Amino acid sequence: MPDHQGRGWHLRFIQPMSIVTSFRPRTRRNVELTLLLLGIAIVLVAYLNVGLAIDGAFPPDLVKYGLGLSVLAVGFHLVLRWRASYADPLMLPIATLLNGLGLVMIHRLDLAYVRTGSRLLAPKQLIWSTLAVLIAAGVIIVLRDHRQLRRFTFTAMALGLGMLLLPLMPGIGRSINGSRIWIGIGPMSFQPGEVAKILLVIFFAGYLVQTRDVLSLVGRRFLGIALPRGQDLGPILIAWLASVGVLVFEKDLGSSLMFFGVFVAMLYVATERRSWFAIGMTLFCAGSYVAYLLFGHVQTRVLLWLDPFSAKALTASDQLVKGLMGMAKGGLLGSGLGHGHPEFTYFPESDFIIPSFGEEIGLIGLFALLLLYVLLIERGLRTALGVRDGFGKLLAVGLSFSLALQCFVVVGGVTRVIPLTGLTMPFLSYGGSSLLANWSLVALLLRISDQARRPLPDAEELATAAAAHTQVVRRP
Amino acid sequence: MNKPIRRLSFIVALLFCALLISTTWIQFVKAQDLNSRPGNRRTLLDSYSRERGAILVDGSPVAKSVPTKDELKFVRTYPQAKLYSQITGYYSFTYGAGGGLEGAEDALLSGVSDKLFYRRVLDMVTGKVPSGASLELTINPKAQQAADKALGNQRGAVVALDPRTGAILAMVSHPQYDPATLSSHNLDAVTSAWKALNANPRRPAVNRAIAGDLYPPGSTFKLITAAAALSSGKFTEESQIPGPATLDLPLSTVNLPTDDLRPCGPGNKTSLTHALEISCNTAFGWLGLELGDDKLRAQAAKFGFGDALRVPMRVTPSTVPEQLNAPQTAQAAIGQYDVRVTPLQVAMVSAAIANKGIVMSPYLVKDTRNSSLDIIDQSQPDQLSQAITPDVAAALTRMMITVVRSGTGTGAQIHGMEVAGKTGTAQHAKGAAPHAWFTAFAPANDPRIAVAVVVEDGGNAGNEAFGGKVAGPIARKVIEAVLKP
Repeated sequence: MPDHQGRGWHLRFIQPMSIVTSFRPRTRRNVELTLLLLGIAIVLVAYLNVGLAIDGAFPPDLVKYGLGLSVLAVGFHLVLRWRASYADPLMLPIATLLNGLGLVMIHRLDLAYVRTGSRLLAPKQLIWSTLAVLIAAGVIIVLRDHRQLRRFTFTAMALGLGMLLLPLMPGIGRSINGSRIWIGIGPMSFQPGEVAKILLVIFFAGYLVQTRDVLSLVGRRFLGIALPRGQDLGPILIAWLASVGVLVFEKDLGSSLMFFGVFVAMLYVATERRSWFAIGMTLFCAGSYVAYLLFGHVQTRVLLWLDPFSAKALTASDQLVKGLMGMAKGGLLGSGLGHGHPEFTYFPESDFIIPSFGEEIGLIGLFALLLLYVLLIERGLRTALGVRDGFGKLLAVGLSFSLALQCFVVVGGVTRVIPLTGLTMPFLSYGGSSLLANWSLVALLLRISDQARRPLPDAEELATAAAAHTQVVRRP
Repeated sequence: MNKPIRRLSFIVALLFCALLISTTWIQFVKAQDLNSRPGNRRTLLDSYSRERGAILVDGSPVAKSVPTKDELKFVRTYPQAKLYSQITGYYSFTYGAGGGLEGAEDALLSGVSDKLFYRRVLDMVTGKVPSGASLELTINPKAQQAADKALGNQRGAVVALDPRTGAILAMVSHPQYDPATLSSHNLDAVTSAWKALNANPRRPAVNRAIAGDLYPPGSTFKLITAAAALSSGKFTEESQIPGPATLDLPLSTVNLPTDDLRPCGPGNKTSLTHALEISCNTAFGWLGLELGDDKLRAQAAKFGFGDALRVPMRVTPSTVPEQLNAPQTAQAAIGQYDVRVTPLQVAMVSAAIANKGIVMSPYLVKDTRNSSLDIIDQSQPDQLSQAITPDVAAALTRMMITVVRSGTGTGAQIHGMEVAGKTGTAQHAKGAAPHAWFTAFAPANDPRIAVAVVVEDGGNAGNEAFGGKVAGPIARKVIEAVLKP
């Protein structure tokens, strides 16, 4: 029969091919370089655009910034060629583009506020960007294999929890915009939660890869869902208590949702049990509801979320309303960079940078930005699929999903999907801690993706290697 | 672990879908709604980049936008400064548009009104810079100036209507302010001007003609009591009614005296006409008791009391209180107790009597014009109600003529013209001088103007004030400005 014959022929044809030419993935470093240059070009055009719109003149420092940005990004690219040649080719261009566009918007707001001297934010952000890229490159150079991180599982936990709770310490903890997620030493202020995010993901990955068998195999089934044993609920309860603590004491729903969400997602990936999701959601909703009943500041947030235009909400804050009006003014196409008034909103360069972009580059531009994040996160999840070791998978999933949740919390907050919280948009927002953490996060993803995409040494190579250095010794 | 990772990717996709939907909802679906919210500074700024329509009186602007070189491309100017302040209102970058037509017709003036949709589309196609519509007012500039001048430095208000159409010919409220101090682009100066304006105890920002605290109408309310009496069929202008020096009020130890503490006629009796002519309190108090508060309230409502009018500014409804007992009814019948009116409402009563009993809706905007001053919308006179029959109106007119000819309103006499009017002297607080009222229409045989004047606390005459003496001449000057060539 023709059908069977056809299939048979097909199999016969494929099998010898796959044996003869062992597929060797290409490094794609040139693709990365091309995209990187394209990204830099977009940033420079945006910068030029702002200069022409506001000052009506060619910005004189365009060449300087262009060169600086190129040296930084291409330098990182060269580090990847040297130390992680199989790393994912999209992550660096996307991170660079987002960071660059954020800089352009911050610079644009400097002009709008007529800031001068030490009050200029864009140069500070540029210094932080440089520092962040250097640290990320350092991570790539020093960390030759992500599995080395597994050794620091509990160190990461201690450091991560410490950082998370640091803002509660009297003396250095600071409350800004009603959220106590900052620490300040002298004039410097820092959001330790951003760094805690990475440390805790490392801890979760290390912890779950050890305990996943116990968590996933033992337990009863109830209503078709496999439930864990009572004593195995300990970790999720601790994570829940910690996140509720963040919500209540640091008044920060965003961080709380992010940490707990990432933990539940990683728990799910490690155990493949959907019941964790049900348990996690129930715990989070219950915790949030109790917090709503008990605490005035949570109620205010909910009021601002549900009915921001009511007189009662407006007396509390009109920040969200101003952001919404800015976005509405932007409409589909936006006012054009430099032509809108993002400075009417409070914190247009940090928490509300998304409305700033929405106003000036429109819905279409905002979609493009969101899709850049989707692409970055998708590359991270793809890395998780491709990497071979469980720790790497969990680490990549955790890092990518934390990025996704953070985007959701920030954009969802300013667009009234969820109550507004004070988190920064990765790469775009003004803030040193955010830049350092997110560039390091991307560096870790790049490191894992190098591992994931690097071809296995083939049998011949292994044999040569074995012959050269070692002997096979039979155990007694 | 790959299966849950794929599922997690799906969750990530869902999260971002939610964000794409929420941003679309704000920036596309609800954008128009958010843009038109009051207090949206971006929309305000946007409106400053368009030429705002002018407000015209007899073809010349009393409010117009002039191009400037600063970020706000147009500045609002008021060529007549204070004269039209309560009519135009202000257009301020900091405090928005308000206080008069600037606020009430903001959508038309700024050019975003749905009524201008067709023109906006046309502008878009032809590439013309969009601009707002201009408003031509019904105001007669001579009447406005005469009223302003006659009122002088006294607090009070003057309203003049064309009784046949309801067109507002003059609307003056003293004290005034200069709206240009609020529309300036020197925002610090604007802030201090705004604070000074709102802190001023004489409250120049209030348009006393249509809003504010409202006034007790005093004896001008006797027109309504007389209208109710004539309409009841039980009385004619010649009916003899009691008019003693004091009227004993039932259920009460106080009694109601006449102004001069003398009876209004021989044998403590007076005709209805004579009672109105000399404004006899006891006769009208007796009428109020005889008719009952329901009749008074119903008659007042027919003249427009209680109606939420827009001219297009919001007019505070005038009121006769609910649930009056007998002494209160007698007080209400002479315009005391808690009866409260706007000068516009009093003018509407005169206008209705002048217009055979028909109350016309008052309006201020004659027509709407585009930037090349072509008329795009014209106001049509609109009947509000039939307050009294033509016969009752004719009787009241005859009675009002005697008031000016030989009664309390002689101060409003015009040589060669019959004026019909009614005075009022309204007690409003113990120790304070009464408000002086006068309302009239002329010529009595073919009325073309109806006026109401109130001078607070008797104006410059103070405690010596009688409506006829203080407010009468003001009404006369306004009538003369319109009718005398």
